[in-house]
Amino acid sequence: MDLLSLAIKAIFVENILLAFFLGMCSFLACSKKVDTAIGLGFAVIFVLTITLPANWAIHHFLLREGALAWLNPKFASLDLSFLNFICFIATIASMVQLVEMILDKFFPALYHALGIFLPLITVNCAILGGSLFMVEREYGAAESAVFGFASGIGWLLAIAAMAAIRKKLRYSHLPDGLKGLGITMIMTGLMAMAFMCFSGINL
Amino acid sequence: MASAAKKLLMDPFSDNNPVTIQVLGICSALAVTVKVDTAIVMTLALTSVVTLSNVVISMMRNIIPPGIRMIVEMAVIASLVIIADQLLRAFLFDISKQLSVFVGLIITNCIVMGRAEAFALQNPPKDSLLDGLGNGLGYGIVLIAVAAIRELLGFGTLLNFKIMPENFMGNGLVLLAPGAFIILGLLIWAQRTVSKYVEE
Repeated sequence: MDLLSLAIKAIFVENILLAFFLGMCSFLACSKKVDTAIGLGFAVIFVLTITLPANWAIHHFLLREGALAWLNPKFASLDLSFLNFICFIATIASMVQLVEMILDKFFPALYHALGIFLPLITVNCAILGGSLFMVEREYGAAESAVFGFASGIGWLLAIAAMAAIRKKLRYSHLPDGLKGLGITMIMTGLMAMAFMCFSGINL
Repeated sequence: MASAAKKLLMDPFSDNNPVTIQVLGICSALAVTVKVDTAIVMTLALTSVVTLSNVVISMMRNIIPPGIRMIVEMAVIASLVIIADQLLRAFLFDISKQLSVFVGLIITNCIVMGRAEAFALQNPPKDSLLDGLGNGLGYGIVLIAVAAIRELLGFGTLLNFKIMPENFMGNGLVLLAPGAFIILGLLIWAQRTVSKYVEE
């Protein structure tokens, strides 16, 4: 039940994009077409679900304070957690490479639609942010897998909804300065406000 | 100052601002702007990382093999961010707690990576230094503007000094996520109207 409540919280209440602003760059750049947006959303879910448990294992067994005690009791006082950032980003980069190869082989159409944005998932803040939140909130193995998966779904929901709204927005008359980024930010704000209605839900 | 150097330094402030025109680095521009002091610390951290990474990558630009340049850039940036994070923890512990994961997220800030790719790989260290400094500060100006609006309307203070009258009721919405999105949207509108930039 705890895991379900964590998932609901990560998808709706504390949506990684609408409440923590993570992954904004690709959200703004890839939300022009619904198909691309959904494809990217699934890629993000996949990468998040794999990297979070992987990074949890790296943090738990290698880097946190006293983690190396299983190797030799003398290492019990070692604290390598300052290496978190560089190790996490290396894991993420290799996982993205893996996704890229799988997509290229089995879903070439999606691979070409995503184009440059696939390698850019590496520098999508939502992925690294998920790992850093996992360390800060001290999640366990199962919790981090669920949190990664649910955060990805939340991100997919947000970007798919935004792509649909932007499609309609193309036919509206806007002041020149507001076109593009300006109106997208304001729409995102209204969406975030709508998602705030979910706050307070507890299972 | 020579006009080319001045252009490198000053362009990112308005005509080619990384946040409002190029749409880079939005994530942290929103998350750390509840108060002006966190925004200033974040600006300093990002400016030093982007300046140093530009200089380092520009010095190595002739020896980096093109195939693995992303990984090399990532390693340089991540090491600089680790240094910045450790320094903040040592000297400004309270603010580093408030910034929480967002210092680490400088690694994935598109401005840093973007400047390394687009500028430092082709230009000598001195120009890259100015470019990094300009872009870091151009980002900082937007950050501090958003933070000033949010702190003033939300708490009635600026840098923790009371500005608004005693009976001022803070507006809770500007402190939450939607407020940040909408204020940045309006700011982008204003900036683009002034610099006559139109997105297709």
